[in-house]
Amino acid sequence: MTSILTNLFDGVAYGMLLFVLACGLAVTLGLMNFVNLAHGAFAMAGGYVCMVLVNRMGWPFFAALPLAFVSSAAIGIVLERTLYRHLYARSHLDQVLFTIGLTFMSVAAVDYIQGSSRVFINLPAALQGQFDVFGVGIGRYRLMIIVICGLLTIGLQMVLAKTRFGSRLRAAVDDPRAASGLGINVPQVFAFTFAFGCGLAGLGGALSAEILGLDPYFPLKFMIYFLIVVTVGGSSSITGPFLASLLLGIGDVAGKYYVPKMGPFVIYTMMIVILIWRPNGLFGRTATR
Amino acid sequence: MFERNQLSHKAAWAAAVAAVAGLAAVVPAKAEDSVKVGLILPMTGGQASTGKQIENAIKLYMQQKGDTVAGKKIEIILKDDGAVPDKTKTAAQELIVNDKVNFIAGFGVTPAALAAAPLATQAKIPEVVMAAGTSIITERSPYIVRTSFTLAQSSTIIADWAVKNGIKKVATLTSDYAPGNDALNFFKQNFTAGGGEVVEEVKTPLANPDFAPFLQRMKDAKPDAIFVFVPAGQGGNFMKQYAERGLDKAGIKVIGPGDVTDDDLLNNMGDAVLGTVTAHLYSAAHPSQMNKDFVAAYKKAFGTRPGFMAVSGYDGIHLIYEALKKTNGDTDGTKLVEAMKGQKWESPRGPISIDPETRDIVQNIYIRKVEKVDGELYNVEFATFEAVKDLGKTKK
Repeated sequence: MTSILTNLFDGVAYGMLLFVLACGLAVTLGLMNFVNLAHGAFAMAGGYVCMVLVNRMGWPFFAALPLAFVSSAAIGIVLERTLYRHLYARSHLDQVLFTIGLTFMSVAAVDYIQGSSRVFINLPAALQGQFDVFGVGIGRYRLMIIVICGLLTIGLQMVLAKTRFGSRLRAAVDDPRAASGLGINVPQVFAFTFAFGCGLAGLGGALSAEILGLDPYFPLKFMIYFLIVVTVGGSSSITGPFLASLLLGIGDVAGKYYVPKMGPFVIYTMMIVILIWRPNGLFGRTATR
Repeated sequence: MFERNQLSHKAAWAAAVAAVAGLAAVVPAKAEDSVKVGLILPMTGGQASTGKQIENAIKLYMQQKGDTVAGKKIEIILKDDGAVPDKTKTAAQELIVNDKVNFIAGFGVTPAALAAAPLATQAKIPEVVMAAGTSIITERSPYIVRTSFTLAQSSTIIADWAVKNGIKKVATLTSDYAPGNDALNFFKQNFTAGGGEVVEEVKTPLANPDFAPFLQRMKDAKPDAIFVFVPAGQGGNFMKQYAERGLDKAGIKVIGPGDVTDDDLLNNMGDAVLGTVTAHLYSAAHPSQMNKDFVAAYKKAFGTRPGFMAVSGYDGIHLIYEALKKTNGDTDGTKLVEAMKGQKWESPRGPISIDPETRDIVQNIYIRKVEKVDGELYNVEFATFEAVKDLGKTKK
C-alpha cells in the first residue's frame, strides 16, 4: 500500500515537471499555431544558467531559479523579435526545419562552451533526501517540484481565464485580424506569450537537472516527451497538457515499477491508445482551423 | 549532425597533415617512413568524454615518448564516429582505402568495434580496441587486440568479493544493452555459484530519464546490495537518486564494475557515493609511482583527472609502439598482431599483458571503495585479484 502511494507521489512529481517543461510548447503550438521544436533548447538554457549561478558563483538555489526563468524568457524574446516572427506566416515545414536547426545549434553551442558531460546543480541540504509520512517515502526535492509547479499551474489558469491579458491573448489567437481591429497589439501579445513559455521551459530545465540529468543533448533527448504531452493533452488549453502530463508521469513511474520489463514502453502505449480513442488529444478542439 | 567538434578536429589534423606534407616536400622522404594510425573515437555525442580521454592520453604518450619509433614517424588520423556504428564503418573504410593506415584504433562502444571488425580482417591490419568492453569483440576478427577491459573481468570479481564479504541477497540494475547484459550475466553466474541470491533484476533502457521507480523497486526488495552497471555518465544520476531515496540509510550498498564511479565524473557526484565498492582495472588513486607520474602529467596537460578510458588509450598507443619496435618497423598487419601477442608491460594501472591465445588483455582487477582523499573523492584500492583473464572466453 505504502509503495503505491510513494509511486503515486513520484509519478505526480514527474508529471508536474513534464508539464512545466512542455506547457510553453502547448502555448506556442496551440495558441500561436507555431511548431517550435527548439523548445527544449530554452529549457536547457535555463538549466545551465542555474547551474553556473549555483555551482560557479555560489548563488542560493532558490535565488537562481527565478533567474533561470528570466534568462530563458530574455533569450526567447530576443529570438522571437529577430527570427521567429518572420516564420509565423510560413508553412509548418519551414517552421520545423528552422527550429530543428536552432536545436542543433544550441546543442553544439552548449557542448562547445560547457563540454559534453552531464552536469549537476548543487542542492541545499534541505532539499536532499526523503522523509516518511505514515510509511510513505516523500522526496523533499520532488515535493518542492509539486508545490512550485502546482502554484504555477493555478497561476497560469487564472491569468488566462481572468485577466485582461488573458482575454487579449485568447482573442488574438481566435481571430488575429479582428483582434487587431479592436486595437489589441497582436504581435506584442504573441511576443510576450512566447517569452513566458520560454521562461517556463527555463525554469523546468533548472528543476529537471536533478531528476532527468542535464547535458547538451537535453533538447533532443526530451523533445519526444514534450511532443507526447502536447499531442496527448491537445493544445487548445493548458488544462489538457496538465492532465496529460500527470497521466503520463504516473503511468511511466507505475509502469517502470510494476512491470519493469515493459517499463519504457508504457508511456508510448498510453499515447497510442489515447490517440486512437481521441485523435485530437484528450482536450483537443476538433479541427477549428 | 554536430559538426563543430568534428570540423575543428578535422581542421586541426588537416593542418598537422599539411605541415607534415610540407616537410615531406622539402625533404623527399619515402612513404614507408611514416606509420599511420587511424583513430576512430566518439568525439561528439553522449560518449564524447570517452573519446576525449583517449585522444588526450595518446597525445600525452606521444609527447613523452616522441613520435618516432623504429625509424618511422607515427602519424595519427582522428575521425569522429559519434559512437554510431554506421559512421564507424565509413570512417574505417576511408582510413583504410584513402589514407592507407597501418592500424585502426579507438572504438568507444561495442557496436563500433564490431562494425570495424570485418574491415580489419579484410585489410589485414590490426584493430586496437581501446574502450569497448564486451567479451565477444576479440573473437570477431583475428586482427583485433584489446587494451581496455572486458566487463566479465570486473563483474565476476565483484561477485566473488561480495560472496566472501557477507552479501547474500543482491538486486541488479543494469542498462539494457550488450555490455550491461554481459555485466549482469557474469555477475549472476559467479554470485549464484558462490551461494548468493539475486532477488530482483531490472534492466533499464539505455536512454533513461528517471531512475526513481526502478530504485523504489530495489528498495522494496530489501537486498543487501545493488549491483549496478550503467554507462559512464549516468552514474552520477543514479547515485544521487540512490541517496535521495534513502537506500544508503536502509543499509543497501552499491557494488558493481567501476564504470559507475568513473574517475572522470566521480568527484562531482557528491558524498552519496562514499562507501561504494567496485571492482575495476584502474583508479587514479592507484599507488604506484608510475601512476602518480601519469596522473600528474595528465592533469598538468589537460586539467582533469585521467579515468580508465584514458589509461586504456595510453596503453593502446604503447602497444602499437612496442609492436613496431618488435617488427623493426615492418608494417605487415599479420606480423604486427603476432608481435602484440604476449606483450607484457607495466602500465599506470599495474602490470598488464596481452593474452597470446585470445588477443585480449590480462590485468589485475582491484576492489576499491570510494573515499575522500584531500577533499576529493577517489576510488581507493584495498584488494587485488592478480592477472585476471577474460572469463567470458576461458569458461567456454
